Amino acid sequence: MIVSDLAPPELHRRLRSDGLRLSSGPFNCRIQTRISEIIPELIRLYAHHPVIPDDAFVDFHIAIETGRGLHRWFRPQARFLVDGVEPFTPLPRAQALPMIEWGLNWCITAYSQHVLILHAAALVRGERAIIMPAPPGSGKSTLCAALANRGWRLLSDELTIIRLDTGQIEGLARPVNLKNKSIDVISDFAPDAFLTAPVRDTTKGTVALMAPPADSVRQLGQAAWPRWVVFPRYVAGSRAAWAPLQTGAAFLQIADNAMNYHVLGKKGFAAVSALVDRCDHFGFEYGDLDEAIGCFDRLAGEA
Amino acid sequence: MSLLVTVFRNPAMVRELLDGPWDLLIRQARHANLLGRLHELLDQAGELASVPQRPLNHLRSAATMAERQHLSIRREVDILQQTLARHGLPLILLKGAAYVIAGLPAASGRVFADIDILVPRDRLPEAESLLMQTGWVSTATDAYDQRYYRQWMHELPAMQHLFRGTALDVHHTILPPTSRHKPDPALLLEASVEIAACPGVRVLSPCDMVLHSATHLFHEGESDNLLRDLTDLDALLREFARTESGFWQNLMARAELLGLEHPLALALYYANAVLDTPVPAEVLETVRHRINGGPGPWLRDAIYRRVLRPQHDSVADWFSPVARRLLYVRAHWLRMPPWLLAYHLAHKFLFPPKAVSVPLDGERQA
Repeated sequence: MIVSDLAPPELHRRLRSDGLRLSSGPFNCRIQTRISEIIPELIRLYAHHPVIPDDAFVDFHIAIETGRGLHRWFRPQARFLVDGVEPFTPLPRAQALPMIEWGLNWCITAYSQHVLILHAAALVRGERAIIMPAPPGSGKSTLCAALANRGWRLLSDELTIIRLDTGQIEGLARPVNLKNKSIDVISDFAPDAFLTAPVRDTTKGTVALMAPPADSVRQLGQAAWPRWVVFPRYVAGSRAAWAPLQTGAAFLQIADNAMNYHVLGKKGFAAVSALVDRCDHFGFEYGDLDEAIGCFDRLAGEA
Repeated sequence: MSLLVTVFRNPAMVRELLDGPWDLLIRQARHANLLGRLHELLDQAGELASVPQRPLNHLRSAATMAERQHLSIRREVDILQQTLARHGLPLILLKGAAYVIAGLPAASGRVFADIDILVPRDRLPEAESLLMQTGWVSTATDAYDQRYYRQWMHELPAMQHLFRGTALDVHHTILPPTSRHKPDPALLLEASVEIAACPGVRVLSPCDMVLHSATHLFHEGESDNLLRDLTDLDALLREFARTESGFWQNLMARAELLGLEHPLALALYYANAVLDTPVPAEVLETVRHRINGGPGPWLRDAIYRRVLRPQHDSVADWFSPVARRLLYVRAHWLRMPPWLLAYHLAHKFLFPPKAVSVPLDGERQA
C-alpha cells in the first residue's frame, strides 16, 4: 500500500492522531501533525511512498506541533519534535512544511553513524549512480531536479547515504528542496512535476519542495553503485564543460562534504577511499539545463 | 519495569523481541543515553546476531559515536595532563573520563557531556589560570553565577575550550561545601592512584570511585542521566567485587570515614533493586536498615522508582513530572542550607536564565 491509496480524510485522521507511517528507503518514519494547512501538500509530496504496518520498526518518530502559549496564535510558530525531543528553536508556522524536511535531515545526520553521509545529490541510470556534492548556490538541486524529470532515477537531493560494508548508495527519494530562482526554472522546465507553493523568508530565502518522481520512489531499494562524482557549478551563460579531477583532490572534496567523516574515523577514511577508487571524478560547469542533461546522458551512455 | 531495564537485567530476552518492542527499546535507550551501552551489552552477551537490521543500525550508530568520543577524551586528557604538569599539578580524572582512561567496563558505550577533573582547593587559582592560558574559558557570563559557583559550589563554573568546544568541569571536592555531607577532599586526593599506562594521570581509588558515583547519583537534581549513572555504578560494583580483595568491607569502612554511608546505602539499594546488581546479603541487610529509618522513605522511593527509569513517555505516569520536580528540590535541599536555598531560588525566580536558541540550519547539521 502506498500513501495515495489512502483517502485524504483517512490521511488527515492518521496525521492528526497516531501518525502516518511511511518508508523512505532505509528510514521508516512516523509523522504526526496538527498543523492542517500543510497536510494537502505533504500527502502529495509523499504520495508514492509505501505505507508501513503499525507494528513495523520506526527509525524516526517525528511531529510538527503548533507553537507554545501565545505563539499558537500571535506570530504563530511550528515546532519540530523527534520522539518528544525538540532539537532546535521553533520556526514561523508558514515554514512548517520545509521544516519537516530539514528536521528529517537533522535526524538522519544525528542518528546515522552506521553509514557514510555525504552532503550531496545522487541519481542513477541503470545501476550506475552519479554523486554531486556541492555547496549551496552551485545549482546542485536545480540540476538534480532537472535530471530526475528526464529519466534519471532520484536517490537523494540533499543527503547521499553510502553503506560502509558494500559501498552502495541507499536511495531516499525524498522531496527536492528548490531555492529562489530555481523554483521558476524547474516549474518551466518540468511543468508536470508537483511543486509546493513557495515559502518566503526562510534562512535560505524562498523555498519550494518538488515531489520525487513516482518511478524513483517505486524503485527505492534497488541497488545503486557509485560510478561518477561530479562537482557542478552553475555559471550564467557558460557552455557546458567537464574538467577531470585527480583522485587526491576528489578525496579531499568528498571528505569535506561528508557530514560524519570525523565521527567515523578509520571507517570513514576507508569508505571515502573505496568511493574514490570506484568512481571517475569531474568538475562540471554549466549555464543551460538541456545542454547539461545532454552531457550527463552521453556520460552514462559511454561508460 | 521498563523494557530497557528488563533487557539490562537479562540481555538474552532480546531474541524474543518483535519489531514493535524493538522500536520501543531503541527509543527508551536513546532517551536514557544508553544506546551505545546497550550495543556493548548485547555484543558481550553474544546477542548482536539476533538483532534485526533496523534496530542494529541505531545500536551501531550510537556505538560509533561513543567510540569517537572516547578517542577525543584520550586526546583531551593528554593535553590537560601536559598543561597542568607545567606547574607540577597532577591531573585527577573523575567519572566518565576516569572510566575511559582506567579502561574500566563502566566506560563501555558511554557518551559524555564533559570532562570532570579534581584539583586541590589551594591550587585552584593556579590551575584555572593555566587552563585559561591554553584556551579554556568560563561559560558562566553573569556575575551571580560566577559568585554562586566560586563561593558555594564544589566546582568552578563550567569551562569550554575555545577551539575544540570540549566542556570541562573543574572540581575541588565531590560535594558542595554547603551541603549536608562534607567528605574531606584531602582523603580522596591522598588515596588516588596513578594510571600505569598514562604517567601523571590519576583516578580515585576503587572505593572512592564507587562512593563518588553513588554520591553524585543521589545528589543530582536532573533526571536525564540517572539510569545511565546507575548502570555506571552497576559496572563499577561488578568489576571491583571481582578484582579487589575485601572490596565490600573496605567500601563500607571508607563510606563511614568519609561520612557518605547514606548515599552509598541508597545507591546499593537501588542498583540491586533496579539492575539486580549483586550485593552480598549482609551488606544489603545493613543498607535496608539504614535507608528505611527516618521519615518519608515511601516518598523518596516513589521519586527514585520513577527517575531511575528511562525518561521516556512510554514509562511515565501522572506522578513522573512531579517526581522530577521533587528530585530537583531534594537535590538543592541537600546541597545548601535553607537560607541559602531560599536566596538562590528567589534570585533564579527574579532573574530567570535566558533560554538558549538552537537555530536550525537545514543545509548542514552535524
